[in-house]
Amino acid sequence: MHRRDFLALSSMGVGGLALPSIFGKAIAAEELGSALDVGFKKGLADAAMNAATAAGASYCDVRVGRYLRQFVITRERNVQNIVNTESTGVGIRVIAGGAWGFAATNELTKDAVARAAGQAVAIAKANAVRQTAPVQLAPVKGVGEVAWRTPIVKNSMQVPIKEKVDLLMSVNDAALGAGADFIQSILFLVNEQKYFASTDGSYIDQDVHRIWPRMSVTAVDKASGKFRTRDELAAPMGMGYEYMDGAASGKTVLPCGVTVFGKSYDMIADAAAAARHARAKLTAPSVKPGKYDLVLDPSHTWLTIHESVGHPLELDRVLGYEANYAGTSFATMDKLQSRFQYGSDKVNIVADKVQPGSLGAVAYDDEGVKTKQWDLIRDGKLIGYQAIRDQAHIEGKTESDGCCYADSWSNVQFQRMANVSLQPGKTPMSVADMIGGVENGIYIIGDGSFSIDQQRYNAQFGGQLFFEIKNGKVTQQIEDVAYQIRTPEFWNACAGVCDERDYRLGGSFFDGKGQPSQVSAVSHGSSTARFNGINVINTARTLG
Amino acid sequence: MGIMTESQAKAILTKVVGLSKADQCTAQLGGSTRGNIRFALNNVSTSGVLDNIELAVQVAFGKRVGTATINQFDDASLERVVRRAEELARLAPENPEFMPVVDKQTFTATPTFSTGTAGITPEYRAKVAAESIDACKGANLVAAGYLEDEAGFVAFLNSRGNYGYQTATSTDYTCTVRTADGRGSGWVGHNVQDIAQFNAAEDVRVAMRKASASAEAKALEPGKYTVILEPAAAAGLISFMMFFFDARSADEGRSFLSKKGGGNKLGEQVYGPQVNMFTDPAYPGAAVYPWDDDGLPRQRMPIIENGKVANLNYSRYWAQKQGRPAMARPGNIIMTGGTKSTADLVRTTERGILVTRTWYIRMVDPQTVLLTGLTRDGTFYIENGQIRYPIKNFRFNESPVIMLNNVEEFGKPVRVKSDEADTTMVIPPMKIRDFTFTSLSDAV
Repeated sequence: MHRRDFLALSSMGVGGLALPSIFGKAIAAEELGSALDVGFKKGLADAAMNAATAAGASYCDVRVGRYLRQFVITRERNVQNIVNTESTGVGIRVIAGGAWGFAATNELTKDAVARAAGQAVAIAKANAVRQTAPVQLAPVKGVGEVAWRTPIVKNSMQVPIKEKVDLLMSVNDAALGAGADFIQSILFLVNEQKYFASTDGSYIDQDVHRIWPRMSVTAVDKASGKFRTRDELAAPMGMGYEYMDGAASGKTVLPCGVTVFGKSYDMIADAAAAARHARAKLTAPSVKPGKYDLVLDPSHTWLTIHESVGHPLELDRVLGYEANYAGTSFATMDKLQSRFQYGSDKVNIVADKVQPGSLGAVAYDDEGVKTKQWDLIRDGKLIGYQAIRDQAHIEGKTESDGCCYADSWSNVQFQRMANVSLQPGKTPMSVADMIGGVENGIYIIGDGSFSIDQQRYNAQFGGQLFFEIKNGKVTQQIEDVAYQIRTPEFWNACAGVCDERDYRLGGSFFDGKGQPSQVSAVSHGSSTARFNGINVINTARTLG
Repeated sequence: MGIMTESQAKAILTKVVGLSKADQCTAQLGGSTRGNIRFALNNVSTSGVLDNIELAVQVAFGKRVGTATINQFDDASLERVVRRAEELARLAPENPEFMPVVDKQTFTATPTFSTGTAGITPEYRAKVAAESIDACKGANLVAAGYLEDEAGFVAFLNSRGNYGYQTATSTDYTCTVRTADGRGSGWVGHNVQDIAQFNAAEDVRVAMRKASASAEAKALEPGKYTVILEPAAAAGLISFMMFFFDARSADEGRSFLSKKGGGNKLGEQVYGPQVNMFTDPAYPGAAVYPWDDDGLPRQRMPIIENGKVANLNYSRYWAQKQGRPAMARPGNIIMTGGTKSTADLVRTTERGILVTRTWYIRMVDPQTVLLTGLTRDGTFYIENGQIRYPIKNFRFNESPVIMLNNVEEFGKPVRVKSDEADTTMVIPPMKIRDFTFTSLSDAV
């Protein structure tokens, strides 16, 4: 589930005061470059662990977190808002009496964290009374004192506000100059400074950076009353401000003439293109519904992977823990045992928390497990889920997959989606080669509307740009396209995946799960892929 | 604690506004105590309480605005937050759409607080979970649910003396009940301001009945059907549509409320004549704070009258530009209806589909507010006034605008909360003809 955070964010410019609490407290720009001293964080962690152990905990982990975010929000020629937020505090999780307990405090003193540790133990003991089976943790060996940082070149938080404002104003000018009636553009920057310590003997200091340039470009035809938008073709990335450098090496021109982006984004060029595309959408012919072979660009496919593979293979959903909110899964344990044919033999899907540039990349997860890559689907067969320390034994694994995460110090960590990606094809194939073999198809670029049922069977996806393919050639831009799938049939209709030259990431900051709800940032990589005989509907309606 | 007394709040706000050296200053305090309990697989999984109070300070030098927030209230912290906001304002470029703070207003207190809800204890939450779980265990059913209660306050003061203080409470309970074999699923949701109106042991029976009754679902062909949407099912579509009741977007030509050739559809017949909707901050059982985020007083105001658009949301900037009075943004949405229950609507239906709940609703085309989503947790076929059998879930592609032109009958409105909108809503069950289902879902 993705919540409407982008829309909420866009409307933030008006109220100003009504900041969602998730974004923490607003701070001045110069404080975004600083960090808490590691020795100070270790002192807090030791105080919490000592108190928890003394109170009867058999296990304790402590997360000292400082979460920084910056938003620069503009429309047309105005800067609507610049917001810096910070949220700092300590979350303490314990096992006592075989049950979990959690407490958090924003007071950064040894006394306060020791008190919170005591509360966590008391909660665990209370929960233990009704607990039917004690928590079983897959073992983790302590790693001592270690540190890791997202391999950024340029810290976004230290780039002057003026440089960011100037960039967005150039972006907006480019769109308006190329025929857009409106544009909203946003820079959304994140730095999670996370210190993790546990009674296993780990003290892990991590500095995680993410960046997401967003825009929505609108073209209006007042005479007909029609309007169309085209959003950015960039991805949110686990990178620094170097992502915004617009290098030629980051650009790929697709067979339909659209430019897409890899590890470098040219936001100004994309804005001008978006304006042209939005105008073209106003007059593009409407799709004829029916069965088509779909050629899906990675800027689109990430969301289909996310919804129809990433979510159903989360073990807590499979088991029923999310039944009242995010939902359960069709990919039940018996399907794992029988190596269910999830997709065609072209479909190889891995989960990972290590891919450079991805949103999920860290060295250790939020329960101190060294991160890795592992298989979910191999040659089309289901062979694994995503599980954390207290779930691994259920799947018959002896170690956690390392995909535990909390979105703040004040929320308890739990199983979250890793990066889940479709592996490139092993035989050389370019996008042009793939399109050359399609008789009657639609080429889809960018993510659009998305919706899937609570067991992840029936899904519907739109896109940003649609192009008709006839007899191996891209013929024209079309509109009003959405495709409907049943997950296993869709992945079994996968007829080919381009090779690694075309591999790119997509993703989101706003994967929602849990009650109270938490968000998580996740990437999904793929090369362009072909799916045969997919049901396409026409989404045009008349309001009379 | 998450709630300050009025005198505590006023003292802090007065100090903050006094500290500011900017041309204008608004200080706002908001705090709450939020308790929750979550259960799944007939076991409690997590529970907790979170207290938090935050102070937000927004200042302006000319048309340059800065915002900072803090959650400590000693004198040094108050000074720091004001200076941070002032620093940010000096860094910010001028906003040509800047609006000065609102003048002093008069607010009439609304009934948003209940002492019963504010007094909810961990033991009470545990009892709600236990009642939900125990009932299901005894019937070979599996419960997963969540109770969240909140008691909070808002207080603000600006440099022109506009001041408000009020407390509020709310409770939201949801429970999904599944048959042990996973072939049936039911759901119940109950959103109340006063906990006295809530009884978990009664509510869970609704979800249990639907879970048991929804196993053995048959497949119907997708297509256009008469549907009876329970209030929770309709709320998701309607709240999505209300998000686009914005005058500026409509005037700019990029809304379903834009008029061909320019302008907006204010005053025009957009819905069927039986559709009426209004906002009222003092509405019994669904009251909201008597001010909006700008500090303007909310008042009862029609939104849709006999199917005509009666009011759109104008930001203060856009109202000024268009020469209209600035009105407070609505805090709740009240749809009028009739007196019939959902069961009464079923009794008068020759052939149709009863929808308990809608899920994962997303915009497909903003031009027509075409939304897609699915039914879940209890979808049934109705024939000759009776529920005949459970049916497999459907995906719909439907616009709430078209839907509200195809209303056959409204039932009695109730307070509901949609999955993804925070707006307090009062929505009737509704019988709609020609509702568009486009595919089947195997999900239970």
